[in-house]
Amino acid sequence: MIEQILEMARRSVLQTLRQPALVIPPVIFPLVMMAINTGGLDAASNLPGFPADSYLDFAIAVPFIQGSLFACVNAGSALARDVESGFMKRLAMTPMQRAALLVGHLGGVMLVALASAVIYLVVGFAVGMDFPAGALGVPAILLLALLVALAFAGLGAFVGLRSGSGEAVQGFFPLFFVLLFLSSMSLPRPLIEQDWFRFIATYNPVSYLIEGIRSFIITGWDAEALALAFGIAIVIAVGGVAAAASALRTRLVRT
Amino acid sequence: MTQLPNGIEVEGLVREFKGGIRAVDGIDLRVEPGEIYGFLGPNGAGKSTTVLMLTTLLPPTAGSARVAGHDIVKEGPAVRQAIGAALQEAALDGLLTGRDHMRLQTALQGVPKAERRARGDALLERVGLADAADRKVAGYSGGMKRRLDLALALVHHPRILFLDEPTTGLDPQSRSDMWQEVARLAHEDGVTVFLTTQYLEEADVLADRIAIIDQGRIVARGTPDELKAEIGRPSLEVEPAEAGSLDEVAGVLARFGLPVTARPGAVAVRLRGSVDQLPEIVRAIDAEDIVLADFRLHAPTLDDVFLAKTGRKLEGGEPAAEPEVVPA
Repeated sequence: MIEQILEMARRSVLQTLRQPALVIPPVIFPLVMMAINTGGLDAASNLPGFPADSYLDFAIAVPFIQGSLFACVNAGSALARDVESGFMKRLAMTPMQRAALLVGHLGGVMLVALASAVIYLVVGFAVGMDFPAGALGVPAILLLALLVALAFAGLGAFVGLRSGSGEAVQGFFPLFFVLLFLSSMSLPRPLIEQDWFRFIATYNPVSYLIEGIRSFIITGWDAEALALAFGIAIVIAVGGVAAAASALRTRLVRT
Repeated sequence: MTQLPNGIEVEGLVREFKGGIRAVDGIDLRVEPGEIYGFLGPNGAGKSTTVLMLTTLLPPTAGSARVAGHDIVKEGPAVRQAIGAALQEAALDGLLTGRDHMRLQTALQGVPKAERRARGDALLERVGLADAADRKVAGYSGGMKRRLDLALALVHHPRILFLDEPTTGLDPQSRSDMWQEVARLAHEDGVTVFLTTQYLEEADVLADRIAIIDQGRIVARGTPDELKAEIGRPSLEVEPAEAGSLDEVAGVLARFGLPVTARPGAVAVRLRGSVDQLPEIVRAIDAEDIVLADFRLHAPTLDDVFLAKTGRKLEGGEPAAEPEVVPA
């Protein structure tokens, strides 16, 4: 079983590395977005009640979430491609266990997500990001980033397996992006003036995922923010992976 | 039902889909160990559905089947361990190389770690892909993909091999290479091969025995020679040099057989006897002073068999424009 998982993870990593279009955008695009936001919204850090000294410290949490959204698309597209191409039937003909396929595949996606998170962190440190959480905060923020990536990748895998269509997975991407924009991505929730926007951001789980990552950078160890972020990420991850496992059972029919 | 350790036995197998459509409608089969069994039929006849059931990827609605002595419903894992399959459309990952595929397949099939590399290399060599082993599969030709698909089906030394239309879309050279490899597997390695095809020539050249399936039912079975002998006699098509002689030619030929459909400007009959009649026919035409433009003898083909059994041509799958035998 472990060997099957490792082989499937290796395949997943190779699939990603051999498609530059799946490697470069998840790394570059979030950093470019962050640079643009930091340049345009830097004055926001002067607002009374703004929690950080620089907008960069506030904004650098966002690439972690955006990278997770790309992990979602990668996971879903690859599995949908396996359904479309019949590769899933090839796998079904082997003694491979279903769990090995899903765990291996998601494991490979996690590895790529981890590499992206490390890059965001390195870039952050390089441009002078504060990090009051200290040395222990580094593995902790990476763990949270991985959990968030797993949560979205699980949802992507579910859509890919259920629909068997790469286009359907791509179609979900904008939906997830809307969730990101309607969160506390650009401003702290208390400083959002529009009531409807603040209302949505308050009930949008993505806000709490961002705020959990942000807490390592701005406040250090914030128990409430971390409990909410880890809790929500775990719930989405468990739900997403369970849904994906159920969809896989349907796809990988064999007697 | 007896238990053939390397064979296939099927009784009353049915697969019904939504809306009550019966893709496979109560078929019986018996494939002997070591033979190449051709499963011939047009698109949509039920060939691939049958293969999916026999390879345990689709549960049957009714009936039973044993593959390599194991029940396809109750003993799925044992069936899968005994078989290899190259299903319709080579299911490969374009981003992986041939060698990557081999590595993955040998690992998932449980080939001992120490043997995997050698087994993969040997199979790549066998199907002529050693030089392309480290290239991404997306750059392979259709023939190369089919050969890799075949090699992947063989990594765990299966006793029974299912090949679902293995040469569809291939050029003649690639098709011929595939035929040679399949024949070698059966005749040298003793692998039982269940081969579906819509190509008559493929079934004729490769298969020891054939079943013809149409609209989910088996309409004929036997060796290619037996099937041809069933509809038996050759036909003769004669084209006079002058169109005005057509009736005269028809009159002469009617003495030797029943009229059948012919090309425009020609007359054809299914001979009552064997080709031994030919000298007599030539003399009879000569006696009428008829000058001929063309004179063709058609031996019975599997296409004739299919036409006789279903009233349709196999290749193209369209209903025949006219019945084979027309009233004299």
